[in-house]
Amino acid sequence: MSMMDSQRMQRLREFARPDRVFDFMAPAESPVDVRHGPILYLEDVSVSFDGFKAIDNLNLTIDDGELRCIIGPNGAGKTTMMDIITGKTRPDRGQAWFGSRHNLLQMDEPQIANLGIGRKFQKPTVFEALSVNANLELAMAGDRRVWKTLLARLDHEGRERIDEVMEIIGLSGERDRLAGVLSHGQKQWLEIGMLLMQRPRLLLVDEPVAGMTEPEMHRTAELMTRLAGQQSVVVVEHDMGFVRSIARTVTVLHQGSVLAEGSMDEVANDPKVIDVYLGGDESSDVREGT
Amino acid sequence: MSLATMFKRNSLLDERSTWITSVVLIVGMLAVVVLHALPTDHAWHLNGSVVSLLGKYLTYMLLALAVDLIWGYLGILSLGHGAFFALGGYAMGLYLTAQQAPLAPWQAVMAHFPVAALAVILAPGLLALVFGWLAFRSRVTGVYFSIITQALTFALMLAFNRNEMAMGGSTGLTRFDELLGFALAGEGMTVALFVASGVAVLLAFWGCKAVTRSRLGRVCMATRDAEARVRFIGYRVEHVKLAVFVLSAMIAGVAGALYVPQVGIINPSTFAPLFSIEVVVWVALGGRATLYGALLGALVVNYLKTVLTGVMPDAWLFLLGGLFVVVTMFLPQGVAGLMAHLRRRREVTA
Ligand SMILES: Nc1ncnc2c1ncn2[C@@H]1O[C@H](COP(=O)(O)OP(=O)(O)OP(=O)(O)O)[C@@H](O)[C@H]1O
Ligand SMILES: [Mg+2]
Repeated sequence: MSMMDSQRMQRLREFARPDRVFDFMAPAESPVDVRHGPILYLEDVSVSFDGFKAIDNLNLTIDDGELRCIIGPNGAGKTTMMDIITGKTRPDRGQAWFGSRHNLLQMDEPQIANLGIGRKFQKPTVFEALSVNANLELAMAGDRRVWKTLLARLDHEGRERIDEVMEIIGLSGERDRLAGVLSHGQKQWLEIGMLLMQRPRLLLVDEPVAGMTEPEMHRTAELMTRLAGQQSVVVVEHDMGFVRSIARTVTVLHQGSVLAEGSMDEVANDPKVIDVYLGGDESSDVREGT
Repeated sequence: MSLATMFKRNSLLDERSTWITSVVLIVGMLAVVVLHALPTDHAWHLNGSVVSLLGKYLTYMLLALAVDLIWGYLGILSLGHGAFFALGGYAMGLYLTAQQAPLAPWQAVMAHFPVAALAVILAPGLLALVFGWLAFRSRVTGVYFSIITQALTFALMLAFNRNEMAMGGSTGLTRFDELLGFALAGEGMTVALFVASGVAVLLAFWGCKAVTRSRLGRVCMATRDAEARVRFIGYRVEHVKLAVFVLSAMIAGVAGALYVPQVGIINPSTFAPLFSIEVVVWVALGGRATLYGALLGALVVNYLKTVLTGVMPDAWLFLLGGLFVVVTMFLPQGVAGLMAHLRRRREVTA
């Protein structure tokens, strides 16, 4: 790992010391009620596209502050599951609750986002025509109404938050560059940075390390681990080495429903899981990266 | 503090292009007024009809600005902005005819200037509000949106052609006498309308600049490039689109209102789908998402049109089509993009 990277890692550790809660990282005031149960609760969710069942009786529970990894072969329905949670896709059947008070199926994307669910897309999606700085500014938690947005000014506190996040994602030197000219890995980080600016209660992260270099991957793993506790984090990833390095509980999705759930070792030795990963034409071995 | 640094400090004018555009507009306007004031036998004298023509160009530039605001920054291609322009024009036309004899009893109320001025803004604004609310709420985007805007302006053209509308049918509204108590035919009025148009362009340019430079403006560009992402960040995209669309329609309405007294007529042909498409060509040629590109494009294309329709009237449409093809293929950023490119090259070699 280069000098720069280890410095950054150091900074990251500093920034996310478990004994210290940075208020700017703490989720924004959220009305989500988690006193009596999980932060995310999916029950018997099904959705089909033109007769094809992409999600089939899916049940999933995420506890407050948990870090959950979700794995599964291509087409297992991982991204579709995130689409349902964030309001992009309406399921045909089932329930989806955020805390015990908010029925996600009655809300649309901005409402869900403002309630505190942040999402990173599978394909890194940043605003390419805007600077790194502007990308983070737009994502910053705040009043999203049209008139307020028109009159919004970046205050001192906001600038500091942007600076901090920029430091964490290692893009301080790229502040004024357009997001479109960043490398693939940098775009991934910028998108993660945008999530941090949003200060969500629940982060849904779809394939965060795709296209990242080894050190970048380490930093991402570190960040995900540190975030959990303050936020709940759901990570979808194909890279088994990465999953193993952060996983506490792993859920295996297959053909739209949960195939197995447990610690990494438990699921890796589950015959059903081995069958799915080795039996199909899926090349990646769930046991690799040990 | 020098004038230049003062301008630079002003957040509205801290971009060089904004600064240059403002100066060019102001100097150009003053020059026209001064040249017009020269004695008629002076070699440089500009006569009233030229001033009127330039005033008409200014209203087209204002319309182009409105289109660039939503197309350039928000990615919404309206092929029906002529409708908002025409509505503003009809509101002004009703005011002017109501000075003598309104075509229908209800139009008598339009004889009051404040009412008419309100109608100039509200008629296009309300249409845009209702139309935009329906379209953006059901997430109609891209080419589908463009097509329904064409349908909108076409439908309005048919409606305004009908005599039952009491809008003058296919002849439209014409034979205007006075505006605010002053004769429209007077030389002073020509200059006043020209200056009013120029001031409107300048104010709208600054206003649009302020919007596009605000955080809302960046949300617009973000929506243009990655709409879903903007939603997942928590912005209500349909509200943003609606607000900017309505603003754009209102600017177009003001442009139409300034256009009518200068050309002396408004008729359903302003609703013609082809006119709205022409406006888009001006903006494409000048360059999207710069604002000054739209101003430049509207001026250049309309000047060419005036010159060429005089020489060979039949060739104009072919030339316009040709221009559009050339620009889309070779100058996707329009003339403004070309200039920026040349400037960057010069800076690199220097
Ligand atoms: N909008 C849609 N219309 C039709 N089919 C869809 C749609 N969205 C997803 N699918 C299908 O649903 C299935 C699940 O897709 P999904 O993207 O959720 O898989 P995934 O687990 O994220 O896979 P990957 O690991 O490749 O990202 C796929 O077969 C996909 O083709
Ligand atoms: Mg996926």
